[in-house]
Amino acid sequence: MAREPRSGRPGLVWAVPALVYFAALALFPMILVVGLSFCSWNGLGDPQWIGLGNWRKLASDPQLGSSLWLSLETGVVTWLVQTAICLPLGVWSAGRQRSRAVVSTMFFVPLLMSSAAIALVFSALLDPNFGLAGLLGPWLGVDDGNFIGSPGLAIWAVMFVITWQFVPFHTLLYQAATRQIPVVLYEAATLDGAGRWRQFFSITVPQLRNSIVTSSVLMLVGSLTYFDIVLLLTSGGPGTATRTLPLHMYLTGFSSFDMGLGSALATLLLIAGTALSLLVVRVTGFRRMASVREGL
Amino acid sequence: MRRLNLPGGTAAALWLVVVAVPLYYVIGSSLRTQADYLDAGPLAPPSDPVLSNYGTVFASGFGHYLLNNVLVTVAVVAMTLGLAMPAAYAIVRSRSRLVSAGFSVMLMGLAIPAQAAIIPVYLIITRLHLYDTLAAIVLPSVAFGLPMAILVLSSTLRDIPAELYEAMTVDGAGPPRVFTSLVLPLTRPGLITAGIYTALGAWNGFLFPLVLTQSDSQRTLTLGLWNFQGQHGIDVPATMAAVVLSLLPLLGAYLAGRRHLLSGLTAGFGK
Repeated sequence: MAREPRSGRPGLVWAVPALVYFAALALFPMILVVGLSFCSWNGLGDPQWIGLGNWRKLASDPQLGSSLWLSLETGVVTWLVQTAICLPLGVWSAGRQRSRAVVSTMFFVPLLMSSAAIALVFSALLDPNFGLAGLLGPWLGVDDGNFIGSPGLAIWAVMFVITWQFVPFHTLLYQAATRQIPVVLYEAATLDGAGRWRQFFSITVPQLRNSIVTSSVLMLVGSLTYFDIVLLLTSGGPGTATRTLPLHMYLTGFSSFDMGLGSALATLLLIAGTALSLLVVRVTGFRRMASVREGL
Repeated sequence: MRRLNLPGGTAAALWLVVVAVPLYYVIGSSLRTQADYLDAGPLAPPSDPVLSNYGTVFASGFGHYLLNNVLVTVAVVAMTLGLAMPAAYAIVRSRSRLVSAGFSVMLMGLAIPAQAAIIPVYLIITRLHLYDTLAAIVLPSVAFGLPMAILVLSSTLRDIPAELYEAMTVDGAGPPRVFTSLVLPLTRPGLITAGIYTALGAWNGFLFPLVLTQSDSQRTLTLGLWNFQGQHGIDVPATMAAVVLSLLPLLGAYLAGRRHLLSGLTAGFGK
């Protein structure tokens, strides 16, 4: 602090409150969770150190493999489907026509809804007796319309709702990025006689490369957080047919009160999240950090 | 784009149906009686609109959840921006290596799911004797919201030309003066963006209220919705009225300041 006035630059002290706060309530818990995975704790009293017990239990947990697979399947399928929808939709909604602006306003309304609200709406819509599912079911080859109650279909219903929830956000990303593509590129391509598809694949897609990467990483990392919507829609059922990894972690910790095993599962989530987030820093943050340095 | 975009237009029309039908369903059925809903089917129009469902929702204590939600959201936004603003200033203007190292760590926190830390957060909150209070929701929400807020604010701050800082320094102004009379006024757009992003996350938060509170008096909207469905599960119209009410404040904000809100949503990822 004492040296500050001379250079007129802020010192470390300006960042200390945020850094300390983040370290105490975000970073420390992430480290603590690894420690807790070596403890036995039922949520009351004090955690007891038991060494590798939880990890052995985890290795023989029959649910783990299926939860991992479900999370992977959900992550990859929703990533592919959402990208296929969001990319053309984002490009379309980037147009400046008034009609497109009006329709786009509608597109983005789901962004405002909480997972809880979305889950309530779709559990009513997916009700086979009184919801829309009963009416649409026969059209889709499911005569009783019971998507949510059948072990093979429930995860697809969940993936549909996840897609419904997150398409607007990624459409918005693509819309913003499309608007930054220089119009000159299209004008030149038109002069050269390139058609619409050619322009889309030779100009739009390459120009959106960074956004495609960012959006993909966000979706894949996001698939580790698909927990609230699943809990509210199916509670992981029927049986364990939709018990994704984060939901398995939550139910183990806060429903079976096996916080130790829950922490071991959370550690797995943490490892997957860190691996993917390193990618995020590379893709989005790295350049920013570089430009911070340029500014000095 | 300049001409008619047929494939894009078709995709948009299809998606419009996928989005509009559920939204119509929420509003439409919230205005119908339960008997009518069970009788005439899910998509029938509210031929004889009633507001009684909204009465049912308010009678179940929704007003109180709404108030709790406002308190939590205001506290989270105020604390997040209060901590993030000076930090962003330091990140852009400080020469300290520790600051940029700290920022790198925070950026990693950006994508790590809060779910992974929920058990230790629960342990910490109970040890602080804050379990089942609104503060229990606020404290971790701020911590996990900080990286994004700092990212947005620092990218706005970077747009302030270095000459302005230098001119103030030549006049003998120290960092506190620079912060209050240069940084704060010029980063207003960034503050709005970061504020909106933080507010939306806090308003719709589910995990922290779920795990860190218990009693009815500390319940927030999202949990209130869930609880309401638990009690009135078969009463779809009343449940949809609850959904509409939880959405209404945000919908108002959306229609009033759509541009700000949308740019707030893509926050750090927009560029």
